[in-house]
Amino acid sequence: MNINKINETYIDVLKELGNIGSGNAITALASMIGKKIDMKIPTVRLMEFNEVQDIFGLADTIIVGIYFDLEGSVNCNILFSLDIESASYLIQYLMGVNVGDEFTEIEKSALEEIGNIMAGSYVSSLSTLTNLDMKISPPAISIDMAGAILSVPAIKFSELSDKILFIETEFFEGNKLIKGDFFLIPDIESFDKILNALGVELDG
Amino acid sequence: MDNFTFRVGMADARVAKCPSKLVTVGLGSCVGVVLYDKMSKISGLVHIMLPYSNQSKNNSNKLKFADTGITALIEMMLDLGADRKYIISKIAGGAQMFATKANLDIMNIGARNVIATKEVLSSLNIPLVSEDTGGNYGRTIEFDCESGKLLIKTIGHGVKFI
Repeated sequence: MNINKINETYIDVLKELGNIGSGNAITALASMIGKKIDMKIPTVRLMEFNEVQDIFGLADTIIVGIYFDLEGSVNCNILFSLDIESASYLIQYLMGVNVGDEFTEIEKSALEEIGNIMAGSYVSSLSTLTNLDMKISPPAISIDMAGAILSVPAIKFSELSDKILFIETEFFEGNKLIKGDFFLIPDIESFDKILNALGVELDG
Repeated sequence: MDNFTFRVGMADARVAKCPSKLVTVGLGSCVGVVLYDKMSKISGLVHIMLPYSNQSKNNSNKLKFADTGITALIEMMLDLGADRKYIISKIAGGAQMFATKANLDIMNIGARNVIATKEVLSSLNIPLVSEDTGGNYGRTIEFDCESGKLLIKTIGHGVKFI
């Protein structure tokens, strides 16, 4: 598929996909922490590489990124991101410890596991919906500049395309103690498969 | 940022005359290649994402790759009046952002980018003066055309000039 031919219908389908996937992921998070979590309507963004780094405001904003590779019938990346305050709050809430200046290995591992549970819910709902086989990698965490973290999925898709497509869902806890983003980044070839599986007619 | 600071994004390049600064914020597995004509102080920065253009199905954007990106940057500098024989280089980036248990090819892309960048520079006879590559952290780099110094800023891994 030519990425420039992505039209409103495709975007609506992708938004709905994001809606279902992140709805499940966020429900999983909410039941882990026993609090209500709201999510925004997912956005689908088609971006040039030189714009990608500014998704979180400044490219040197520090974020916690938890990254997954999705293989099987489709190739996707999942990136789950939290700001530092939200990640600290989650750790405090779930582990009952105060986070110091830096996250310890066990705290990072706990964050990976939170990401894993959420990404797992996202993926299993997509897999059920599309009837496509999807295998998710173990989580990998990085706490660093947003631009540097986003370069990983960007590079992966730069081999196939000059643009990158994100399905992004922002979510937040009622008192804004937790704010995060969930990205599904399918590669260009996987679009056809996903859209086909959902019975969307493709032109061009 | 003042008027003399130019930002370079992914798969992007800029050239500048002195006095000015070339900046790339949040370099991860990509490599930032600075080329510098010591005499005229004309400098260029390209932010490459992948090693070689012939290994990719989509190579329409020359600035995405080490080989075509560096060649294109040299052309841009020559257009601005740089002298090919005075051009030197400094590189930074090529980190492995996510250490993962799974053996995924994408995780080694940083190292592959660094190797390709060095091969390309060497084949073009451009001396590599200094580098700050590898590791598992992001870098923000800032090249000062006046001093010829490349400032490297990181989160938790210090600040230095190379």
